[in-house]
Amino acid sequence: MLIRFENVTKRFGSFIAVDDVSLDIAAGEFFSLLGPSGCGKTTLLRMLAGLETPTQGRILIDGVDMAGVPPNRRPVNMVFQSYAVFPHMTVAQNVAYGLKIDRVPRDERDVRVADALALVGLGEFAHRRPDQLSGGQRQRVALARALVKRPKVLLLDEPLSALDAKLRDAMRGELAQIQREVGVTFVMVTHDQDEALAMASRCALMDRGTLQQVATPGDLYEYPANRFVADFIGTINLFEGTLGPGAIVTVPALGTPVHVEHAGAPGTPVWVGIRPEKIAMAPQTGPRPTSLNVTSGTIMTSAYLGAVTLYDVAIAGGTVIKVSAPNGTRLANPALPAGTPVWLHWAIDAPVVLMGD
Amino acid sequence: MSRQSQRGPLDYASRWSLRLWVAGVMLFLYLPLASLILFSFNDSKRTIRWEGFTLDWYARLANDDALISAFANSLTIAALSTLFSVVFGTMAAIALWRFRFPGRGLFDAMITLPIVVPEICMGVAMLVFFGTVMPWPRDLVWPLDLGAIVIAHITFSFPFVTVVVRARLASFNREMEEAARDLGASELRAFWDIVLPHLRPALISGALLAFTLSLDDFVITFFTAGPNTVTFPVKIYSMVRFSVTPEVNAASTVLMAITVALTLIGMKFQRTEITKPDTGQPEPE
Repeated sequence: MLIRFENVTKRFGSFIAVDDVSLDIAAGEFFSLLGPSGCGKTTLLRMLAGLETPTQGRILIDGVDMAGVPPNRRPVNMVFQSYAVFPHMTVAQNVAYGLKIDRVPRDERDVRVADALALVGLGEFAHRRPDQLSGGQRQRVALARALVKRPKVLLLDEPLSALDAKLRDAMRGELAQIQREVGVTFVMVTHDQDEALAMASRCALMDRGTLQQVATPGDLYEYPANRFVADFIGTINLFEGTLGPGAIVTVPALGTPVHVEHAGAPGTPVWVGIRPEKIAMAPQTGPRPTSLNVTSGTIMTSAYLGAVTLYDVAIAGGTVIKVSAPNGTRLANPALPAGTPVWLHWAIDAPVVLMGD
Repeated sequence: MSRQSQRGPLDYASRWSLRLWVAGVMLFLYLPLASLILFSFNDSKRTIRWEGFTLDWYARLANDDALISAFANSLTIAALSTLFSVVFGTMAAIALWRFRFPGRGLFDAMITLPIVVPEICMGVAMLVFFGTVMPWPRDLVWPLDLGAIVIAHITFSFPFVTVVVRARLASFNREMEEAARDLGASELRAFWDIVLPHLRPALISGALLAFTLSLDDFVITFFTAGPNTVTFPVKIYSMVRFSVTPEVNAASTVLMAITVALTLIGMKFQRTEITKPDTGQPEPE
């Protein structure tokens, strides 16, 4: 393991920012620390960089205990949220700064700086001052400045949050591309789940200082470990229920039992989660679907988003179910109007069953 | 169309009543200074009548050894006091910005005390201190004999430096220093390479502030100066006690010119400080 957190806890006064976190990150991963603000993800990253000291526990990088190792002696480099590009230095001087401190000879330094700037596509901007750069270009400077030191781990603190939406999408792909190119382990902090799912090879979802789940983006979305994960990642319809005999969950709010894949101990209280895109919808003018899981309702509101339309459907008893329908064909009026009675149905492998409260 | 309607709502300058008022204020503020400067060029010793233009009084200044040595004293004191004020003031500002320590609130309040304490009290305090508590040795060689005055000047100058440097530090992005550390810089190196360049405009304007404060201080200096350590403002005062000659006018004009010039330079640096915050924050695209 390249990075190992062993029972790491960080307290600020009485506030517990990171609570007994143990985590392994392998070399070459694009790892993402994801969670709402204040969940401790940035503190975890800063402890890795040496900018914060753990209250308890150990952090190992490449098998070496990092306790007492100051930030300037760690084999990691960081891209800061504000980019922290030095305003009184040119782009090239910014990138060369770390090498200069390491007393890398002038010739080698020039070559490495040029390579790093070429990697991030800023070759022509070497002699610009930071105040002549756009936000996206400053971020590339910060990236080149960190990568030029050839760290074992590159740390990224909310790297895309200061960019506008279009640029963010472009940089998302580019960051992943650069990571593949240089092969350096990336650890990225983000509060944006789309960012984490799109870029990371593995994610750790955190809440209130604790790890909720460490998994690939696909597992995080399709096989959430608990209600927090299911709710945080994407949109989900969550209902309280009880395991019945056979592969059936009794859900009072739905008024119909939910057939699931696997059976469990009857009487166990569970939560059932169904993603909106896994629910199929058909107007009641057609026949009742033959699926095991069928219920009927009335469309309350619809939101047309181009690629999909999101519906709020009220079923008997007043429960509202979110359904998203892909707009696969070109229609003048792709959304069904409010008030339309519809059938809702889903496959038995669509619902996730979550144990615990 | 009348002109009235073409005027913008905030275009006050075009109203004659306001122009008159501004002229009155200007006259009130600058008439004494203007007459001081004017009569320093007057070719007459006593009368306040204009007798003709002359530079004689300035020539007399240049040949007045006592005045020249007082001027040299003032410049030396100002230079030394500025140097120490900038170092101490910056250190205090950084301590307050960077660290949390017991008594920080008290330290914060105490540091600005010399700015608000009446000058006359500071003067008397210095007189008592250097007279009885810790007498400054007499008959020292120049410039050591100026020590007491220099110390007094540092006391009232460095809080101003602290205030200016603190204001500048508030706009410093801490991630910049962390980035330097992350890139391999030791704590000292990161301060030298990153924090200090950010502080440069504040250090310059703080230094100019300290310099002008020291150069034209009269009250506190008057209480700490000995017979051999007369400064320029104190010398002017002693000249006035005999009679207000155009020579005094000329000396005052010189002092004023230096102070105004330094203040203008200081303001120029202050302005660059305001327009370029250098926080390192990306601008929205």
